[in-house]
Amino acid sequence: METVRFIAANLPLIGQKTLEHLSIVGVAVTIAILTGVPIGILITQSKPAADRVLYVAAIIMTIPSIALFGLLIPILSLVGQGIGWLPAVIALILYSQLPIIRNTYTAIMNIDPALREAARGMGMTPFERLRRVEIPLALPVIVNGVRNAVVLGIAIGAIATYIGAGGLGTFISRGITQTDIRQLLTGALAVSLLAIVADYALIAVRRLLTSPGLRI
Amino acid sequence: MIRLDRVSKVFGPITAVDAVTMEVAAGEVCVLLGPSGCGKTTTMKMINRLIPPTSGKIFLDGRDTDLIDEVTLRRSIGYVIQQIGLFPNMTVEDNICVVPDLLRWDRTKSRRRAAELLEMVNLDPKIFLKRYPKELSGGQQQRVGVVRALAADPPVLLMDEPFGAIDPINREVIQDEFMKLQEALRKTVVFVSHDIDEAVKMGSRIAIFRDGRLIQYDTPNNVLAKPADPFVADFVGSDRTLKRLRLVKVSEAMMPDPPRVRSDDTLDTAVRLMEEHGHISIVMVGPRGRARGVVRLDTARGRKGLVGENIEPLPGTVNVTEDLRTAVSLMFTHDVAWLACVDDDGFYKGYVTQRGITHTLGAAYRGA
Repeated sequence: METVRFIAANLPLIGQKTLEHLSIVGVAVTIAILTGVPIGILITQSKPAADRVLYVAAIIMTIPSIALFGLLIPILSLVGQGIGWLPAVIALILYSQLPIIRNTYTAIMNIDPALREAARGMGMTPFERLRRVEIPLALPVIVNGVRNAVVLGIAIGAIATYIGAGGLGTFISRGITQTDIRQLLTGALAVSLLAIVADYALIAVRRLLTSPGLRI
Repeated sequence: MIRLDRVSKVFGPITAVDAVTMEVAAGEVCVLLGPSGCGKTTTMKMINRLIPPTSGKIFLDGRDTDLIDEVTLRRSIGYVIQQIGLFPNMTVEDNICVVPDLLRWDRTKSRRRAAELLEMVNLDPKIFLKRYPKELSGGQQQRVGVVRALAADPPVLLMDEPFGAIDPINREVIQDEFMKLQEALRKTVVFVSHDIDEAVKMGSRIAIFRDGRLIQYDTPNNVLAKPADPFVADFVGSDRTLKRLRLVKVSEAMMPDPPRVRSDDTLDTAVRLMEEHGHISIVMVGPRGRARGVVRLDTARGRKGLVGENIEPLPGTVNVTEDLRTAVSLMFTHDVAWLACVDDDGFYKGYVTQRGITHTLGAAYRGA
């Protein structure tokens, strides 16, 4: 009950922290899509390259987020950005690579070879093949990778408050240090809710991007 | 139209295609036939350079295909594969228009053509243009697959076992549809198959491959009548002469302008005609020449009266446009040694006998 009252009293602050949170995750995942999808497509050309890239991406995934933030501090201090928004975004870009690259790669590799053969035989260039056939067919799976990345990013973004990046994690960290259950719950609820809403929004995006011919 | 000059393909230690030289004339259907792994598919794919030849030259309409950009080359050659390969993300219309779109044809023009082509394979454009491949049956999908290859009106079609994955009943129907289409369009077709019956039915010429080598390249009739070696003989089957029945039309084996009688002729006239020709029965025709019945010599001899009063039903008739396979089947069904041959309107054109058929098929062996 007290938590509800706290939430009601702090709505503008919660809104502001949500926007901060979204700006970190949104920017990070957008950049991750712009890098991960081309990498995922590129590595379909070479199995050894694919194995190596996916291995590295998986290793990055296993680095605890706190440790990664810590690692980024000395590096980014060189440009005076050791803490705050930038390291948070960079860390999330790195974490998002695995789900996006992996899903792009798997989706393209799983396309029926007969379709590729038909496309080649009809005289499509590799680029036309990607644009007209492979990417449209892979899109639903790629969007699922993005969903993974976004949910993951929202969760890890909550920890970025420890390097001064703000966001909804602020409520959680304050809740812990001040042993204030209201703030802790507010932060936790807001993060979960944001993750759920974002996921449903992306399901809608996936629907929009999927050709009706694939839904049947 | 298509000329292969000592074309070879070597994959590592394996020679998949070994110095194949052959020519496919414009408007012909050339069936590449052989067991799996014989090099027929590799040979076909070298024509549109999906597989680059290791050595040798391929000419298309006199032009060396090595000198044509491979994307341009492929867009000028229709391509149909066994797995059909319709793009599931596109409607039937967009699938058909893939190559016209790649060639940047006018959209309204290509869409109109898509509708016309669908009609040619008996699919209602109003129903099918906006459907997606998954909403179509296998047979319908392959019809779209064939039509898609024709969309940009290429002079050459490559077909890789196009009807192999379709159930036998539908396969016959689609083969017939394709032959009708081919009669109208006269494309130069290279058709890969492992089915001798399909090859005999579709091919103007059959190229038989074994271990990468072209063993025999000849008309279906010659391949069946004079197999080049025991391998070909074995491959085309011990019933190869029966298969030739398919290749000969009734009109080619029948005796034309046979004697005939009318219902108001006397039995004497009938007997005289039969004796003159050494026949034991004679067909009676109607006033305009339609086959109506038959009079037997036993019945007519020594009796007075008119033909019309002593007529028996015809044992069987066969259309002159049917093949001998149908004729023989009818003979067996009705347990008779001859059939009256009629045209589409039922007019009596001639008769075909078991002896006549044997004689026609035997001509190929005697000639050798």
